[in-house]
Amino acid sequence: MTEPILAVRKISKLFGSVIALSDVSAEVYPGQVTCLLGDNGAGKSTLIKILAGVHQQTDGDFFFEGKRVKFNSPREALARGIATVYQDLAMVPLMPIWRNFFLGAEPEKGRGLFRRYDIEFAKRTVREELGRMGIDIRDPDQPVGTMSGGERQSVAIARAVYFGAKVLILDEPTAALGVKQAGTVLKYIARAAARDLGVIFITHNPHHAYPVGDRFIILKRGRTRGIWNKDEITREEMIRSMSGADEMEALTHELDEVTRRRETNKLADSEAGS
Amino acid sequence: MATKATIAGQRDERVAQIGFFRNLFRQPEVGAVIGAVVVWAFFAIVTPDNWVSVTGVARILDSSSTLGIMAVAVALLMIGGEFDLSAGVMTGTTALITGMISTQLGWSIWLTMLVALAFALIVGYLNGVMVVKTGLPSFIITLATFFILRGANVGVTRLVVNQVRVAGIDKVPGFEAARLLFNTEFQILGAEFRTVTIWWIILTVIASWILLRTRYGNWIYATGGDANAARSQGVPSQWVKIALFMTTATAAWLVGTMNDLRLRSAVASQGIGNEFIFIIAAVIGGCLLTGGYGSAIGASMGALIFGMVRVGITFAGWDTDWFYAFLGVMLLVSVLVNDFTRKRAEAVTVAGAKAKTEEKEAA
Repeated sequence: MTEPILAVRKISKLFGSVIALSDVSAEVYPGQVTCLLGDNGAGKSTLIKILAGVHQQTDGDFFFEGKRVKFNSPREALARGIATVYQDLAMVPLMPIWRNFFLGAEPEKGRGLFRRYDIEFAKRTVREELGRMGIDIRDPDQPVGTMSGGERQSVAIARAVYFGAKVLILDEPTAALGVKQAGTVLKYIARAAARDLGVIFITHNPHHAYPVGDRFIILKRGRTRGIWNKDEITREEMIRSMSGADEMEALTHELDEVTRRRETNKLADSEAGS
Repeated sequence: MATKATIAGQRDERVAQIGFFRNLFRQPEVGAVIGAVVVWAFFAIVTPDNWVSVTGVARILDSSSTLGIMAVAVALLMIGGEFDLSAGVMTGTTALITGMISTQLGWSIWLTMLVALAFALIVGYLNGVMVVKTGLPSFIITLATFFILRGANVGVTRLVVNQVRVAGIDKVPGFEAARLLFNTEFQILGAEFRTVTIWWIILTVIASWILLRTRYGNWIYATGGDANAARSQGVPSQWVKIALFMTTATAAWLVGTMNDLRLRSAVASQGIGNEFIFIIAAVIGGCLLTGGYGSAIGASMGALIFGMVRVGITFAGWDTDWFYAFLGVMLLVSVLVNDFTRKRAEAVTVAGAKAKTEEKEAA
């Protein structure tokens, strides 16, 4: 296996007296999809915010391309090639795809007063880049607001890839999507990894993580619960270890109880009604 | 565009299906263009004699020009997501500054114009800074500016010249040269046109160029469409807004100066109430009140509709009292047409996107 492009060693993060992360270690390899799994409050967001430069770790080391780094802002992380695609996507719905794709980094041509947006280049590039990701856009002039959630997510991924990301952090890209749309996005995640990027895929859905993931990191209550390569774990084992078998059993019991009570109530209601 | 698509690699047979009309209806100004044609046709039927002539055209353009200059600047600001209620009264303020300093101190009008411009830029800057730093609605901030300027216009003028009118601007040094540049008349085919109209057309072209062909235009649309998204992509949204407030102030200065040069005097009440007319012209031209959408050409078309109604009522010999009633109807009709066309365009796009998705899922 090659060197990891990004690694954290025994990272901890405190927010006041709250321990959000405690001694978490992880590695991300180029060309692989590293899935970061965990329930709400497991520390997924804190970890990726440290990787993206939003937060700084309280303790522990952060290595990028073999060197120890500490990013003070998302801009610094982005400049080094760590791009984050957040759920809200940072796209303007009323604007066409090509204008959104190059927003803030518009290609220009011409000189002096005639310096202008190179629209031809922008439209062609958007078409090509999305094509390379396997996204077939009908018309680069289409407003982003008229695209489906999955398509929008895919455009955001393609944009990050185009602008030179080496590590791509995807924050719950499939959370708000239907089954088919999520499938589409998973395909693009695999494509991005195939272009030798280190992809970090955050999700709480093991069914989304398992098909595309090469490595799985499960966090629980701010600690690493386990790190596996794909051949070391089955889907069922992963689900179990995410939720914890005992907890799952307890939950089943609880639900049964609720159902029983509801039925009893319904029975009482119908008797009272008649 | 179809050829570009071919160059890009896989030929997409669906591009051809977009159709001429959908592309046309996607332009923000299409409603205003239709509206302008309808209004013109209406008066052409009601009062054909003078209306359909070079003189008629000249009168309409004269009546629309200064309004058009303001409407274009206000449209840029509205696309950027903000309002400027002080834009109308600012035309009066700058006219008064230029008029008073030049007549009282005997300065060259060019110099006093620069003083007025500096003042306008400072007020525009302050408007912008207050809006972006406080996050308060620009409606409130600029309403305050409006009242301050409105009061100061009358108060200062009365203090300085002891009345509410500054006269004799045509006697100051440089007047004739400035008038030649900004607001003189010239003949075409026996009708009298004014240089203001040329300014209007040039400024509309420049504004359209900036909006559609430069990165700054991209930033304006993005700032108005979703300021957070724009900022996260590195667009300096706050500076974009401040620059747009300074732009409307500059346009007001230009119009104030043009009025000085045309009327040879300035009155303290000048420009009050026009701020809404600018906004209405921009809205007729396709600007959304919520920002992020609109066009400079549309705003110019909105101003043209105003000019046509104003001149048309006179030509038809109707009582000018009816101007505002007529205007209200025009606004309503234009906005409805606008809304219809825009929704239609979006509906077609959404339907197309849906069809595409279904097609994909079926495959």
